Amino acid sequence: MTTFQIILLVFLIICTIAVSFTRELLNAVLVYMSFSLIMSIVWVTLESPDLAITEAAVGAGVTSVLFFITLKKIHAIDTEKEARKSGDMETDIDMLPEGGQGDE
Amino acid sequence: MSRRKTDEEYSRTKTYKFFRWLSGVKDPYIDSLELQPQEEKKESEEVILEHLHDEELALEKVYDVSHNRFVNVFERVYKLVAALFCVLMLVGLLMCVSFLPENGSADTVRSNVVVDRYIENGLEETGAVNIVSGMILTYRAFDTFGETNVLFIATCCVMIMLMMDEKLLEKAEKQNDRRFEPKDDVILRLVASFLCPIIFIFAIYIMLNGHLSPGGGFSGGAVLGAGMILYVNAFGFKKTQRFFNEQIYKVAKITALCMYGLIGSYFYITGANGIANHIPLGIPGHILSSGIILPINVAVGLEVACTMYAFYALFRRGGL
Repeated sequence: MTTFQIILLVFLIICTIAVSFTRELLNAVLVYMSFSLIMSIVWVTLESPDLAITEAAVGAGVTSVLFFITLKKIHAIDTEKEARKSGDMETDIDMLPEGGQGDE
Repeated sequence: MSRRKTDEEYSRTKTYKFFRWLSGVKDPYIDSLELQPQEEKKESEEVILEHLHDEELALEKVYDVSHNRFVNVFERVYKLVAALFCVLMLVGLLMCVSFLPENGSADTVRSNVVVDRYIENGLEETGAVNIVSGMILTYRAFDTFGETNVLFIATCCVMIMLMMDEKLLEKAEKQNDRRFEPKDDVILRLVASFLCPIIFIFAIYIMLNGHLSPGGGFSGGAVLGAGMILYVNAFGFKKTQRFFNEQIYKVAKITALCMYGLIGSYFYITGANGIANHIPLGIPGHILSSGIILPINVAVGLEVACTMYAFYALFRRGGL
């Protein structure tokens, strides 16, 4: 096992821990995407490029997109609106771009 | 041609009544409507007391941590037990791993003749340079056929649950079309117009070259589906429907599955009964070689691409 593989595996473990500790669903999906991306590089180092292609297309691409749609449908992405409603403006509003996508 | 109404006819129309009301000649609602002042809703003291009592009762029973001691203790114990359970599972699984024979040691079970046969005779019997592809689509074609069927049934289920009636879909799109169509994103469009052709060609290459290089039907189909999702996101559903609408989707999906079924069943029947099949294997390494693998790769690829795109479209919009 080379040092490169060890670094990748450490990243994988960090990703898994980060997924379970993130509060926001959107961030969890993003971390999951990066997990899949690292996993596809691990597949390449394990000499199975066909699995790497599939992992990159399905894990990092299609599944995450499906998650995004689901979050949008259950209104879990509109953080701007939520923040305005609950009143803690100074914490969440600064992170978002001005006039963001919460205009629906 | 419009014709002038007589005065009598005009006095019956709503316009006449409206202008009469506007000029203050006569209020049309006098004598026909009766107005009454609304009474304020009053609750008796008993009802208010009962509500307060209910609230007290609820506080005792509902999982309100600050008011319920039992729930408080239970939550702490629950967390502890959960952590303990996780650690025990981890230890148990690691113990199991320690009992496994070491990789490459002399004690490893060597009764699995299948692996040797795949590796030694694979190229000769299937004609595929890519052993994995040859194994999946000839020796284990029946398994892969089952997987393809699973994909087909999965999309059918999603269609049953999420497909909207076409009239309803049009109505919903008219009400707020911004929810379904992406905004004119210049960056996304430019990037997509560069990337989409490359992705499509790469996907087709993976599919057609599955018996020679790493990849195959499933990978190629997944990449093709992802590329189509990118195209839809950049250019909207209307442009995509020009080359991929519901009709084409149905035809492609069912044709792919039937093609796989037909080729596969010919292969199973001849193989199981010891009949020589007449599909030429060709010269290994050529693009038109390895018998049934190439058409099956294309069929699986189409099936997977349709599934990916249909999942996305049905989740997002409720129709293709």
